[in-house]
Amino acid sequence: MAGPLNWFSQIAAVTKFGLMSIPQRRGSVAATIFGVAGVVLVFVGVLSIATGFRRAMTASGSPDAVIVLRSGADTEMVSGFSREETRVIADAPGLARDARGPLASAELFVIVNLPKRSTGTDANVPLRGVEGAAISVRDDLKITAGRMFEWGKNEVIVGVGAARAFDGLEVGGSVKVGSAHWPVVGVFTANGGVAESEIWTDARVLQDAYHRGDSFQSVYARLASPNSYQSFKDALTTNPRLNVKVERQSEHFAEQSTALTTLITTLGFLIATLMAVGAVFGALNTMYSAVASRTREIATLRALGFGRGAILVAMMIESLLVALVGGAIGGAAAFLAFNNFHAATMNWQSFSQVTFAFAVTPALLGQGIAWATAIGLLGGLFPALQAARLPIAAALRET
Amino acid sequence: MKFFPLIWRNLTRKKLRTSLTLLTIMVAFVLFGILCAVREALVGGVALAGADRLIVRHKVSIIQMLPESYQARIARIPGVAAVTHQTWFGGTYQDPKNFFMQNPVEPEAFMAMFPEFILPPEQMKAWLATRTGAIVGRKTAERFHWKIGDKIPIMSPIWLRKTWEFDLVGIYDGAKKGTDTTSMFFRYDYFDESRQAQNWGAGQVGWYTIRVKDPAQAAEVAKLVDREFENSPYETKTEPEGAFAQGFANQIGNITAIVSGILAAVFFTILLVTGSTMSQAIRDRIGELGVLKAIGFTNGRLLSLVLAESCLLTVLGGGLGLALAALVTAGGDPTGGMLPMFRLPGSDVLVGFFISLALGLVTGALPALQAMRLRVADAVRRI
Repeated sequence: MAGPLNWFSQIAAVTKFGLMSIPQRRGSVAATIFGVAGVVLVFVGVLSIATGFRRAMTASGSPDAVIVLRSGADTEMVSGFSREETRVIADAPGLARDARGPLASAELFVIVNLPKRSTGTDANVPLRGVEGAAISVRDDLKITAGRMFEWGKNEVIVGVGAARAFDGLEVGGSVKVGSAHWPVVGVFTANGGVAESEIWTDARVLQDAYHRGDSFQSVYARLASPNSYQSFKDALTTNPRLNVKVERQSEHFAEQSTALTTLITTLGFLIATLMAVGAVFGALNTMYSAVASRTREIATLRALGFGRGAILVAMMIESLLVALVGGAIGGAAAFLAFNNFHAATMNWQSFSQVTFAFAVTPALLGQGIAWATAIGLLGGLFPALQAARLPIAAALRET
Repeated sequence: MKFFPLIWRNLTRKKLRTSLTLLTIMVAFVLFGILCAVREALVGGVALAGADRLIVRHKVSIIQMLPESYQARIARIPGVAAVTHQTWFGGTYQDPKNFFMQNPVEPEAFMAMFPEFILPPEQMKAWLATRTGAIVGRKTAERFHWKIGDKIPIMSPIWLRKTWEFDLVGIYDGAKKGTDTTSMFFRYDYFDESRQAQNWGAGQVGWYTIRVKDPAQAAEVAKLVDREFENSPYETKTEPEGAFAQGFANQIGNITAIVSGILAAVFFTILLVTGSTMSQAIRDRIGELGVLKAIGFTNGRLLSLVLAESCLLTVLGGGLGLALAALVTAGGDPTGGMLPMFRLPGSDVLVGFFISLALGLVTGALPALQAMRLRVADAVRRI
């Protein structure tokens, strides 16, 4: 009687009975399924925004890619260098070199107002002036349509994200800077990184257009090896002619993304928690009514010798299965609706737009299923306990 | 009303089921309230914008500055009643995470332009008398426990000189409930002298605010301003304050659409859960309903009894949820500076109330119709 095999077959039998009775209670079961699906959908949907944003911000930068800013500046927007300072930085030890010299690009970072395709209202689109080494100091930057701009000319290339999000940014289009129109001659990708949100042109051209004299805001550089980071950093920070800070590009952009991703993640968890509480109540209702409608059946089983434990586990399994079906539906719906959904938002640190794609990652789906499991277990526990504790004689008498 | 005890008894018959449903509804409305507060924080500036105010900025982007000399030229444009300027200072207090806005302004013109900031007259006098004086909104003053007379060091990465020290001479309040009281304002003359001293950026301002004589003429005045500076090295873009705020909110993303989407998913879920509970509750008592019919209750009365029951449940849950949300949001900005206007507007509470009523009607409709269509003989036989 008490062998484990017997126990399992009891569980299997009761579970089977439970599942077969679902068509009779399809209304409340469907409500629970969709309730759980709703929780998982909203949770995964909201967090896919944060994941996507973070992915865009951190995709840029292998360990040997660094950025130099004025000390105290947390973004390029508020940083500033003279040409002499950028020369001193480029000549510091530890940088990789090619035939043309050190791999360092002194850059200018400004914004230009362009209408967003989705809303038609103006947005702050980042406009970057770069030097010759710009492409080699970044990872995987490729021109995918058109060509590179010509140095010294009023031409621009645009990131694929910017091309998608803002009006007029396609090869053959143009960017209006003041009264001049700068033709768009190429589109580039950057491995999904933040550069894809930007418009690029020659730094000298941009200095003139924005009345910036011979000044820059940042230096992007590639190290000879990831290990030379410390010596490069020390050389710059101890140089009395400079007042700078050095960061790896990956850390710099990850830092910029923390405020927004924390906000979205907190909000996502808050919403999901509240919804999950609602869904647990829904699941409780469903399972309590399941127990209520099967009181006699359960009592009969107990009278036949089925154990309390078997009833308890079987009810929990039923609740869990219902919740998991809901979770799977919610996760699938979130994946179909949100994965790779393109959006653009404001990066408050640099005061400019970042384009990114919502990312429904396996980890996120796993978390969604974990929520569904928790809801199913919590929603099933108390009704299952009630079922297991039914007084057999009284329950058999019940109508 | 005389049926209220009956409705109440029906609701309390299965206390566990009723309280679970009530809690579900309550949770949905807590969420509704919080999301409304988030939306208000992100797009609320639009509604608070002055209808008679225009913003003039550099045409290419807001980060580019305009000459201070434009002020006199704008003032001469017909239809302009007043004009003043502000500049983005972008400093931080102690830690870069302690974000709040600090702008240099011309005290008298600024306070006249923005009557929503209320400063006691003696503090205004002190501000005019103190070159390094600054005023700050109530919220930020409370956040950092500043009091009048304090010296406030602000770090500025933009304006070369690293630490700027201001004397706090006033704390202003908002005239309206949603007015943002997180910003700090200090004197432009002090700011510009320091810029002249280091020979960088002097005579440049961030943007101008114009008050027009007649709000109906705002669009024409905006055109006149932009035409005045056409083909100059500093072309302008002028738009109503509301459009400027809306454009700014749009930069974050379509907040209203995202919030509505989430709320739709939430309410759809709740609708399913409460709807199924309600029909279960009605099915349980079909026999009783038959008896009520047999003793002379009309169809209409049964319908309203069931609807009243479901509405009572949802309005009760909704009311509790909204009250809880109001309590939670009363604490203000939970993020420490990112959402200065985080609050639950009264209009949204009203909307929430109507949603809860509608939820009751929708969830009750099906069971109510079932109850109404009952044939006495069938129903009584089920006992």
